[in-house]
Parts: sequence; C-alpha cells; structure tokens
Amino acid sequence: MTETAVASRGAADLAGLAELRRVAIVPALNEEHAVPRVIDELRAFDPGLDIVVVDDGSVDRTAEVAAAKGARVLRLPFNLGIGGAVQTGFRFAFENGYDLVLRVDGDGQHDPTQLAAVLEPVLRGDADIAIGSRFAAEATGYRSSRTRRVGIRLLAWVVSRIVGQRVTDTTSGFQVLNRKGIALFARDYPHDYPEVEATVMVFRHRLRLCEVPVSMRERGGGRSSITTLRSIYYMIKVLLAIFIGLFRRNVVPHEEVR
Amino acid sequence: MTPIAVSIVGALASFSLVLVVLELIRSRRLRERYALLWLLTGLMLTALSAWREGLNTIAGWLGVRSYPPAVLFAAGILFLMAVLLHYATVISRLSDQNVLLAQRLALLEQQLEGDARDAG
Repeated sequence: MTETAVASRGAADLAGLAELRRVAIVPALNEEHAVPRVIDELRAFDPGLDIVVVDDGSVDRTAEVAAAKGARVLRLPFNLGIGGAVQTGFRFAFENGYDLVLRVDGDGQHDPTQLAAVLEPVLRGDADIAIGSRFAAEATGYRSSRTRRVGIRLLAWVVSRIVGQRVTDTTSGFQVLNRKGIALFARDYPHDYPEVEATVMVFRHRLRLCEVPVSMRERGGGRSSITTLRSIYYMIKVLLAIFIGLFRRNVVPHEEVR
Repeated sequence: MTPIAVSIVGALASFSLVLVVLELIRSRRLRERYALLWLLTGLMLTALSAWREGLNTIAGWLGVRSYPPAVLFAAGILFLMAVLLHYATVISRLSDQNVLLAQRLALLEQQLEGDARDAG
C-alpha cells in the first residue's frame, strides 16, 4: 500500500493526533550543527511533541546543543551504532508509555514538514509502521554514492520477495510507529544497519507496514557513517541475517508485555 | 595426491562447522558480525577439502609436492589466527567499554546519593 504525496502540513491538521502521547526519537552522532535545526523544525511541526535526542557517543557538542534547545538527551557512554542508539529511544518510548514514535535522523536529511504524510496511515489505523520512502514515487532530492544506491535497490528487491509486499526503501530511518511497533522494536531491534532486517521482522510479527513517498534533503552537516567498503560488508551481513531470520520460530504476534 | 580419506573427513568436518555456525546464529547465541569470519573459514576449508585437484594445484604453486593436505592445514591455521586476532580486538574494545561503564555507574551513584542527601 502506498500513500499519495501530499503538500507539507502542520500537525494541527491531523485528526486524532492531539490526544496521543507522542515523541520524536532523533539519533545523532557528531551532529552539533544539524541537530538544533532538526529540533526547531520538529517543534514548528508539532509543539506538543516531546523530543528525545539519542547521542550515540558523540565527541562534539551534540548533547549540549540538544539539551540547550530543550530536548531530552539520552547520552550513550560509547558508540553503539545506529541500531543500538535507535533502540534506546524505542525503549524510552515504551517504558514511558508513549503512543507514537516519530523517528527522524539527527543529520537533517529528513524534513519534519513531511511528517504529516507519514503520520496519516498510522493515525487512520491502516498501518502499525509507516516509512518515508525515497523511491516510492518520483521523490526527489536524494543523492548518494552509486554503490549505495545499487545496494539499497538490491536489498529492497530481496525484502519485497520475502515479505510479499512491494517495499522500495528498506534503509529509510524516517518512520512513524504506533504502540505495537514501539513494543516490538523496544524488545528486539537489529544492529549495525538495522532497517532492512527490521522491515522483515515487522512482517514476521504480522504488523502492518506501509510506505509513504517523501523527498530527503542533503545532509545538514557531519559525515555519513557508511563508506563504500562498509556498504559491501553490511550487505553481506544483512543478507545473512535476513536469510537466517527466516528460520527463526518467533513469528507470533507480540503482545504488549514488559 | 591427497588421500581420499583426508578429503572426505576434511570436507565433512568443515561443512559441519558451517552448519554449527548457522545454527548458533539462528538461536541467537552468535551475532552475524562475529560469525562472518567463522563462516568464511568453514566454507574455505570445505572447498579446499572437497576440491581435490584444486588443493593439488595450489600445493603445486606453493612448492608442496610430497603431501598436499599440508596446504589444508596451513589454510586452517591461517584462518584460525585471523579469527583469534579479530577476537583480541573485540575483547580490547569490550574491556574499554567495561571501564567506561563502571566509571559512569560510580559517577551516577555519587550523583544519586548527593541528590538524596539534598532531599533529606
């Protein structure tokens, strides 16, 4: 299921959002220049949104600038990698009883004004997890290395075949999750390059996932944590993980238990 | 030429290693990140044991004429050393992180006790 792209709107236009406890999870590694703007934009989009920055062992002032902007900061004592960092945020959201998680990267490549479109299917109850996809429609603005694009396409193809639903962007961290999604990821979330495995996991647990076309921006600062050689290593690792994941038994829908 | 028994036993043993590693990943006792080198080792040794002519050829390249399985042992030892070295780096990282965690915990405890005293 794919949503049609909509013009950017504020959170005020979304029915039912105001009653829900919602938190933005913003993983950040050395993003002192990009993070303040991300926080401002999230506030502008939805003043009632709690903002939690997960500082994944930054060596710059990421945690300080985020705290100065009034965000809550979860400061990891050392770098856990994106999977571990994001899961820290999911655990926070789960234990504090949030209804919705809006996951937005701290490097500024996700545009919070497009969150309305990603939120909609979850608010309507059509999906447990909605993912902003760069490739679901003629979304524009995203450029990255060729190896990486090929990798993203290949993984998308493999994942689509496995889950039996067209998935175009398995590496997007621009996501909205409801309580079911939060509960699943708080308990079990993959490491390193997590979104691909997580997508398969979502289907194995019978949660509903949908993609929403979005465009992404150039990174606001800092460096991507993924180089070409590592892309290839991750690709092999992720394919192995997906393959082996298929032989695991835990496919029962996960109930909300602590 | 390699004795046929060496080839058969070698291939079976190496392939069992691959299966054991896969099962360990499946049951979540081994993470993919630490399993890749083991899988590579297992597949490498399986290939070298089963592909007898290949082993002979490689032994020829290396000037090993009398006993080709020596190359098999050498490859096995090389891979095991790679795995061990990898583990040494992993242990080093873990012990650094462990120190950091203990320090953070001590600082947090001190902070909590301070807060409790202020409150009481």
